[in-house]
Amino acid sequence: MPILRLAWMSLLNRRLTGGLTLVSIALSVMLLIGVERLRVDARESFANTISGTDLIVGARSGGVQLLLYSVFRIGNATNNMSWKSYLDIASMPSVAWTIPLSLGDSHRGYRVLGTNPDYFTHYRFSRDRGLTFTQGQAFDDLFQTVLGAEVAEALGYQLDDAIVIAHGANDVGYARHEDKPFQVVGIMEHTGTPVDRTVHVSLEAIEAIHIDWQSGAPIPGLSISAERARKFDLTPQAITAALIGLKSRIATFKVQRAVNGYTEEPLSAILPGVALSELWGIIGIAENALPIVSAFVVLFGLLGMLIALLTSLNERRREMAILRSVGARPSHIFTLVMGEAAALTLAGIGLGLTLLYGLLLLAQPIVESRYGIHIALSGPTRHEGLLLGIVLLTGLVVGMLPSYRAYKQSLADGLSIRV
Amino acid sequence: MKEKHERGSHSSRAGENVVAIRDLSFRWQPQAPIVLNIDRLGIDNGERVFIEGPSGSGKSTLLSLLAGVSVPQKGELRVLDRRLDQLSSVQRDYFRAHHIGYIFQMFNLIPYLTMVDNVTLPCQFSKIRRDNALRRSNTLDAEAMRLLDHLDMTRGDMLHRPVTALSVGQQQRVAAARVLMGAPELLIADEPTSSLDADLREAFVRLLFQECEQAGSTLVFVSHDASLEKLFDRTIRLAEVNAARPESTQEH
Repeated sequence: MPILRLAWMSLLNRRLTGGLTLVSIALSVMLLIGVERLRVDARESFANTISGTDLIVGARSGGVQLLLYSVFRIGNATNNMSWKSYLDIASMPSVAWTIPLSLGDSHRGYRVLGTNPDYFTHYRFSRDRGLTFTQGQAFDDLFQTVLGAEVAEALGYQLDDAIVIAHGANDVGYARHEDKPFQVVGIMEHTGTPVDRTVHVSLEAIEAIHIDWQSGAPIPGLSISAERARKFDLTPQAITAALIGLKSRIATFKVQRAVNGYTEEPLSAILPGVALSELWGIIGIAENALPIVSAFVVLFGLLGMLIALLTSLNERRREMAILRSVGARPSHIFTLVMGEAAALTLAGIGLGLTLLYGLLLLAQPIVESRYGIHIALSGPTRHEGLLLGIVLLTGLVVGMLPSYRAYKQSLADGLSIRV
Repeated sequence: MKEKHERGSHSSRAGENVVAIRDLSFRWQPQAPIVLNIDRLGIDNGERVFIEGPSGSGKSTLLSLLAGVSVPQKGELRVLDRRLDQLSSVQRDYFRAHHIGYIFQMFNLIPYLTMVDNVTLPCQFSKIRRDNALRRSNTLDAEAMRLLDHLDMTRGDMLHRPVTALSVGQQQRVAAARVLMGAPELLIADEPTSSLDADLREAFVRLLFQECEQAGSTLVFVSHDASLEKLFDRTIRLAEVNAARPESTQEH
């Protein structure tokens, strides 16, 4: 159709304003799809914080709170659960594995987690990914520690470095377990989960460093050295929570009921997936604001096109009259402007996607190594396709206005050239 | 749409009216005063007519009627035996595309097209003119080149220059090549020489005559410039033909 070729030539003729319009549409499309992808990835990575764990057990409390302190290391437990209860649950016939978690201490702002070697075997995140080490291995001695990737990176720790754990969540000088330093024996790979921000030690080590402490302070006059501590019975009295894997998921609700109805002490068992989506429901409100903002950015990009087209119309009245004189119908004039709007919107979408994929391609290795989040370079999802469709449609609707104006103008002007 | 006005032999219509107006009256708005009121006006096939009239005498209005942009409220307007007053606006657009070449006072060219693309433009909107052009040359571009060559526009690097870099006289010659493209029956020229230097005007008109003759086209030429009048077959003084006396002198 020759009129579309004319539209193209005319657009090339105004390549500066056309180009700027194109760039503004492209950037807004890039932002829209980028934000959408980020939103989906953030939600996914949030949902992927823990995987493979069927139940989380802790002292009786709300599901979200239990999830927050046991998995996200945010806040504190209201109460502990006794070691005996833990053993009881671990010995239930449907239970395949358990990971005890003991929280409460910290190291320079990072939480210290007391656990056992099962943690490194059974803990899963992001659809069944297990924990791996960049250096070293799991602890097998009392005063050894394994660092999350971020801890090691931020604090500059290497294997064999010695670290001192502080009592409580605040690392203050007078409440450190200075006499019992830990040797770094392993550093883990990035996971993009709170594991990266955790200092891991054994449950026994947690007992050992508190052996001469009481009520959050060293017992005056009592000092038990690290070596002597080894000789004590270091079986924990209590832990904070436990992660439970079942032999079969069918047993989930049965075990949950059994834990919730445990008569020795009040306990709660929660399904991590349910608690995660509850939590997302609370913090996800912010998630809705982002796409609204980027939708407005797209709208402004298209408004820029509207302004560019409308201002071009006056200077193109002569062009329209010439076209009318050689037999172009007013509908041709409409198509001429509409074709330009369609070309700008389509090219804007194309360029926007190209920019986005280029950016993702560049960012992919960096994000993967720093945050352990794998950005899939897949084509647009159905939802993204829908968004792009809406952008295109909006572009065409926006383009109707100058097109209709040009149409009316060319009807009124006829062959007279008005400038 | 089917066209009955395929170009036949020029002579078969000799003496026939290309334009025939009867009892025509026209106003821009229903309430506005009548700006054109012509009892009778005929232009013969092959004639070269000079339309003279002061500002506000309705020259541009008459041209927009002949080109099928406007229609009279009353009376008969025949162009090439078609009642333009009875055609729809789309049909009139087709009619213009097929049969009429229109040349403006100035700025006739589309700035972003090459000289050749400007000349072949009418063939994008009319199959008849396309076929006519291809009857004379093998390709549209070749026909455009032939016409441009006749008008002395192919010398040096002129062809490769952007059309906006051409002088006004050169632009008008390219416009002349465009109206002649595909040999439309009726050429309408709306003061095409007014932006030219006096010594170029006559040369341009003679060039136009020569090409009209070859294409077998009728020429309706509007101008203020009485010095050109002598070159034409006939002069129509619009002030005498137009019975309406528009109060405002606004030009359309």
